[in-house]
Amino acid sequence: MLRTENLQIRRGQKVVLSDVTLDVRPGEVLGVLGPNGAGKSTLLAALCGELAPTAGQVSLDRQALNQWKGSERAQRLAVLPQTSTLDFAFRVEEVVGMGRLPHQTGYARDAEIIEAALQAADVEHLTGRSYLALSGGERQRVHLARVLAQLWPGQNGQTLLLDEPTSMLDPLHQHTTLKAIRAFADRGAAVLIILHDLNLAARYCDRLLLLEEGRVCALDCPQAVLQPALLKAVFGLDVLVQPHPELGHPVIIAR
Amino acid sequence: MRTLVKPRSLFVGLSALCLLAIWLSLALGPVSLPLFDTLRAALRLVGVPIQGEGLEQAELILGQIRLPRTLLGLAVGGVLALSGVAMQGLFRNPLADPGLVGVSSGAALGAAIAIVGGSAFGGLPDVFGPYLLSLCAFMGGLGVTALVYRLGRRNGQTNVAVMLLAGIALTALASSAVGLFTYLADDATLRTLTFWNLGSLNGASYSRLWPLLIVTAGVALWLPRRANALNALLLGESEASHLGVNVEGLKRELVFCTALGVGAAVAAAGMIGFIGLVVPHLVRLLAGPDHRVLLPASVLAGAALLLFADLIARLALAPAELPIGIVTAFLGAPFFLYLLLRGRH
Repeated sequence: MLRTENLQIRRGQKVVLSDVTLDVRPGEVLGVLGPNGAGKSTLLAALCGELAPTAGQVSLDRQALNQWKGSERAQRLAVLPQTSTLDFAFRVEEVVGMGRLPHQTGYARDAEIIEAALQAADVEHLTGRSYLALSGGERQRVHLARVLAQLWPGQNGQTLLLDEPTSMLDPLHQHTTLKAIRAFADRGAAVLIILHDLNLAARYCDRLLLLEEGRVCALDCPQAVLQPALLKAVFGLDVLVQPHPELGHPVIIAR
Repeated sequence: MRTLVKPRSLFVGLSALCLLAIWLSLALGPVSLPLFDTLRAALRLVGVPIQGEGLEQAELILGQIRLPRTLLGLAVGGVLALSGVAMQGLFRNPLADPGLVGVSSGAALGAAIAIVGGSAFGGLPDVFGPYLLSLCAFMGGLGVTALVYRLGRRNGQTNVAVMLLAGIALTALASSAVGLFTYLADDATLRTLTFWNLGSLNGASYSRLWPLLIVTAGVALWLPRRANALNALLLGESEASHLGVNVEGLKRELVFCTALGVGAAVAAAGMIGFIGLVVPHLVRLLAGPDHRVLLPASVLAGAALLLFADLIARLALAPAELPIGIVTAFLGAPFFLYLLLRGRH
């Protein structure tokens, strides 16, 4: 399990993240919300070992993150950055296949997993196409398939970190993507996901972490976090919150 | 989508091309040997007892002149192409060139010091001269690359953007130093210096060949072990490290292999441009960017291409000989422009 204790990150003199204690639990989708500059991406960078904590610590399965051997860590922890730059004409399935790099599962098993991951991210029809010929949203889904393939099929002990995986997707694919991620967690993996869309967060996350200026403002179930007063205080946004007529989760409507 | 050549057909085709280039390179020159006699003489050379008119002379030409020259061409072409792949992977840019990390300009500076300095001190013994030139070029290339790498490092991490800029700055600095030596040189030295800067496979000898062959074999065996890691690196440095790749180690290996490979190639044959840039590109057009295919295929393509360029250099103005750097630049530069223009659409 990935956990942080009193995590603090400083950039120069400025504290950009302070006193974050958090665990990303197996089987759970944990959403991270907050205005621009609240420290969401900084938190993700610290959770995957890209930024070293200036105080506190980040551990994976009770072992400090930087103590892990690269490939062993990569078998347990996958990260999808907000944007990726790839300037070479790999085929879609080759990009997804890179997710199998930390594993030695053999060609046949890898091919099965790549196929399944392509399906899960709804990019199966792009097989054989050059990555460079894809639209922004298609590229984003291909990279999602890549990190899904890295941890496929997703089980207890594995953690997936996602930075705004739906930012470039059309409405349909925002939902299909989050359903695929949800299914991944239902099979036992732990998922942390940065989102901007409050309604998507309300619908698909088990818990929400609300960040404000680098501090934890709330960490609880969606019903508890998505309160008009709290959202007004953090985002400065006047909202109505009503239960979804069919599913019951909170629906946030700007006033 | 454009269909790619299957790796197997690619390797068969490139191997055939390589063999053809070797055959022609052994047969053609100031004294052209009939193609069939070349084969028979080559067999004699490796110990098969074949008798025939003129075969002894042919064997002598092959053994003493054509074979070392051909081997030199194969090794230089192969290692320059490999270094190109390594640099394009490191900078994650298909238009990167081995010269970017300063190895070529450093080698040129080393050579200029050896040529001009050697003549200023009354010349070193003739037997020693060529080795000193190669050694100085090799050390110059390695030294400047090491400095570029050092300048790119901060807090235990290598910033390739800083390395790129440091490479440009040090290349300019080395060029100005070469310019100074050129200014100081007398006419005969100037000629040597100029010809060295244009590159040539002329005057190949086994004793100067061995170091390059060993370096080329080492780099050609080592880099393919990193093919998967290189593929992952193209996604980005942090993505590669999330996939378990030791990114800092990989970058160090890529710079080291390039410095060693290009340094040895330049030391043995002078400055030969565009092979490292164009060959990986050609192979990518044919077979896609996967390094598991790209690395070995680039060795074959680079070797074949350089031998053909050398054939043009030998035959275009026969009996005189063109510097090979002129040929590769003359063919490579328009191709590079074509790639740039094609990329705009």
